[in-house]
Amino acid sequence: MRFTIFFHVIAAFILSPMIPGIINKVKAFFAGRKGKPVLQMYYDLAKLVQKGAVYSHTTTWIFQTSPLVTAAVGIIGVMVVPLGNTPGLLAFPGDYILLVYLFGVSRFFTVLAALDTGSPFEGMGASREVQFSLLAEPALLLGLCALSALSGETSMNTMVTSLQAGTRPVLACAIFIVLLAENARIPFDDPTTHLELTMVHEVMILDHSGPDLALIEYGSALKLWAYASLTASLIVPNGIVNPWMSMGAGFVVLAGVTVTVGLIESIMARLRLIRVPQLLVGATILSLISLILIIR
Amino acid sequence: MNTIFNFLVILLILLNFRLISSSRLTPCIHVLVLQAVILSGVAWMTHQGHMSVHLYFMLAVNIFLKAAVLPWMLTRVVEKNIISRELDPFVGYTASLIIGVVLLGISVMISRPLSLSHTLVEDFFLPVSLFTLFSGLFMIIARKKAITQVLGYMVMENGIYTFGVAMAIHEPFIVELSVLLDVFVAVLIMGVAIFHISREFNHIDTDRLSVLRDL
Repeated sequence: MRFTIFFHVIAAFILSPMIPGIINKVKAFFAGRKGKPVLQMYYDLAKLVQKGAVYSHTTTWIFQTSPLVTAAVGIIGVMVVPLGNTPGLLAFPGDYILLVYLFGVSRFFTVLAALDTGSPFEGMGASREVQFSLLAEPALLLGLCALSALSGETSMNTMVTSLQAGTRPVLACAIFIVLLAENARIPFDDPTTHLELTMVHEVMILDHSGPDLALIEYGSALKLWAYASLTASLIVPNGIVNPWMSMGAGFVVLAGVTVTVGLIESIMARLRLIRVPQLLVGATILSLISLILIIR
Repeated sequence: MNTIFNFLVILLILLNFRLISSSRLTPCIHVLVLQAVILSGVAWMTHQGHMSVHLYFMLAVNIFLKAAVLPWMLTRVVEKNIISRELDPFVGYTASLIIGVVLLGISVMISRPLSLSHTLVEDFFLPVSLFTLFSGLFMIIARKKAITQVLGYMVMENGIYTFGVAMAIHEPFIVELSVLLDVFVAVLIMGVAIFHISREFNHIDTDRLSVLRDL
């Protein structure tokens, strides 16, 4: 049992850069293109690591710390989340609060680094990012609190496995929407946009280069893995006893979640910026309703 | 049985949120139709064991009025006045959602000490009926257009009906019928009034009615 836990964490470290690759491949398939190779992000990372970093004179140590924090948070994140019935490496009671605020810390440092560059575009992106996360954070935290109240458990692993079969897919959908919002995917933010005016997350990392950019990209791939793995844990049937079987099912479902992200990006357009807060408030309201009805 | 019941009640809550967060009128009217059908379904489910002729009659009248006649009248008013949405309400739609959650919390809180010992339905039902009532009242307060206020009035009546289903199992026939008649007449009069207001002033915002006076 312990070995599968390590296996999950190591697989996350090695395989997570493949997730953006799979998403891009699905999008290319829908657009009728051949698309980048699935392993493109590995090449990018290898190239970026060999380069040197350029720092503007206006930046301070915050700008250089932020990529490290992003990567570190990603690494801790995949250690905390469960996959299938395999518990996270660092699972402990109350770990869902740690997960929410770990990514909060990472966002805080990304925003600080963006402001540190003194670029007006980055400041604008930072402002939007903070506005959206202000609304997405209660949605996620309250949703997880509702989950915890419903199952009577406080650790993510036992929380997802002890739920009844009926409620799990609904909650998987909720976590999936948060995944899209938190990882700057399409209905909320377009990761491939070229115009600084319309960017939210991407504009904040425009000034990073070389190994710093590699760390940020790797960190966000790990973050995407962490959320996808949490979603997958809610979908994998909890009746599978064999740890290796359950882990295998977890990987299959995780790949399915990734393909779904690609599907959504192919068939949906980005929401207008003014609609995004409304959608996020709606998500928070749904979490709140379920919490009120559960602890009534 | 219980699962379906809970599902319907939660659907009722979500429909209320849809109503107070939507600016377009035609979907709001459709939501009202759905609410009326769900309420009748819930009433039928709670009284399933001992349905009598007059209960069936009540349900039939209820569905006929609230899911067919009143929506038809409201749709006509909407079409005649060429209004499709409420543009600048007193309280914005995102704020309305947040206030809605506060209202739901309040109705859960005040219905907790009221324990219903001898009813057929679950204790889940009381907060939902109170919440429906409150959200109808809130719509009347927070919207400018007369038509949305009429919708709020109907939601409020739905809340009262839900409360009746929960509390009074054998409500006197005549009371129930007279409430329905009240709503019918009210919506009829308000529909006519809205039509005349809009023909006279070219809009149906009610805030200017407050400065009306004799010459």
